[in-house]
Amino acid sequence: MYTQAMDSQPKEERERKPVRSVEEVELERRFDAKIDAGDFIEAKDWMPDHYRKTLLRQISQHAHSEIVGMLPEGNWITRAPTLKRKAILLAKVQDEGGHGLYLYAAAETLGTSRDQMVDALHAGKAKYSSIFNYPTLTWADIGTIGWLVDGAAIMNQVPICRCSYAPYARAMIRICREESFHQRQGFDSLLTMMKKGTDAQKAMVQDAVNRWWWPSIMMFGPPDDQSPNSAQGMRWGIKRVSNDTLRQRFIDATVEQAKILGVTLPDPDLKWNPDREAHDFGAIDWDEFKRVIAGDGPCNRERLAARQQAWDDGAWVRDAALAYARKQQTKQEAA
Amino acid sequence: MNSKQNAANQSAMDEWPLWEVFVRSKSGLDHKHCGSLHAADPQMAIQLARDVYTRRLEGCSVWVVRSDQIVASDPADKDMYFDPMEDKVYRHPTFYKLPPEVDHM
Repeated sequence: MYTQAMDSQPKEERERKPVRSVEEVELERRFDAKIDAGDFIEAKDWMPDHYRKTLLRQISQHAHSEIVGMLPEGNWITRAPTLKRKAILLAKVQDEGGHGLYLYAAAETLGTSRDQMVDALHAGKAKYSSIFNYPTLTWADIGTIGWLVDGAAIMNQVPICRCSYAPYARAMIRICREESFHQRQGFDSLLTMMKKGTDAQKAMVQDAVNRWWWPSIMMFGPPDDQSPNSAQGMRWGIKRVSNDTLRQRFIDATVEQAKILGVTLPDPDLKWNPDREAHDFGAIDWDEFKRVIAGDGPCNRERLAARQQAWDDGAWVRDAALAYARKQQTKQEAA
Repeated sequence: MNSKQNAANQSAMDEWPLWEVFVRSKSGLDHKHCGSLHAADPQMAIQLARDVYTRRLEGCSVWVVRSDQIVASDPADKDMYFDPMEDKVYRHPTFYKLPPEVDHM
């Protein structure tokens, strides 16, 4: 989900080599058999170039999403209403830094470096999830992000725990274990405001839900019939469940949760359909999604600027640590 | 080496090296590999490993090893390398059929 609709590749990457050796054809046949058997691919195994590039793009963008995702929430750390909520938010944001690390590590196994991936992000060549380009305007946004955004993330990430590329799958298992508290703390925060809050606080929660609902269901990416790369992803065991299926599951689960909270979801067309045994929902504004992905969302420039600045400001730390380590090494060798 | 490769090599040398992290979750258990991280030196590696991989009390002991120190078997040779083990079923206790009175052995 963090990479839906962002995997459209430049044309030259999509053109395959016209002539392949007998050896390569055999390697690919064995690779396909492994995938079909539900076997895992590890870092040093042979893999098609396209498989490697697809995963590299997806995993690195997933990593960027975690790191950029720390920003909208980091915004409220100094303004959390109680010490308990502050500690919880700190722990969540800390987790997200860690998740970025697991994913960068998985991406690096495919033959790239951290510096290269960060450069691509700063240059706008690598994307991150659309959802993080929206602002956190009130404290209720933090709870809503936990409930809806982390909820959507979990829905997407659980199937990836069975991704054919094992380093990605293992990272995902670690992430899923940690992610469930993220959703629960958000729901808990909203429940507190809805059950024990003032009218103004309840209105604040409803307002946050109104703003985050549609962007959250956009996180699952475009409809299946507009996702040309999904088929290849499924063939290779990278993508296990389609965008539309995940989106439907999320909506059906969330409608029930909204009832417990006592908030309404801002979709007049949201209705249970007994024939489909699922909720029908209204039309998604895919133009908004495309604009935000392309860089024209409310916070795109701010997010990227923050990341660039963090990188620049941290350069002396990275350099100093390395210089110190090398000096110590030289001293040790001389002794 | 062309200039692009030079730049890449220099860039690689300017990055903190990669370390593999092993955590023993409970007294009595093995250390298990749980992931990797970049750090400038061993002290930093251990500290960061604790910060990142034991946030939920997952460990009572942490090892870090520089990734380039790890020697691994070649996955391409997997079949050939481990094949000798495949037909030596007599290594398994279940190969031996014993009278029921002594089968608890």
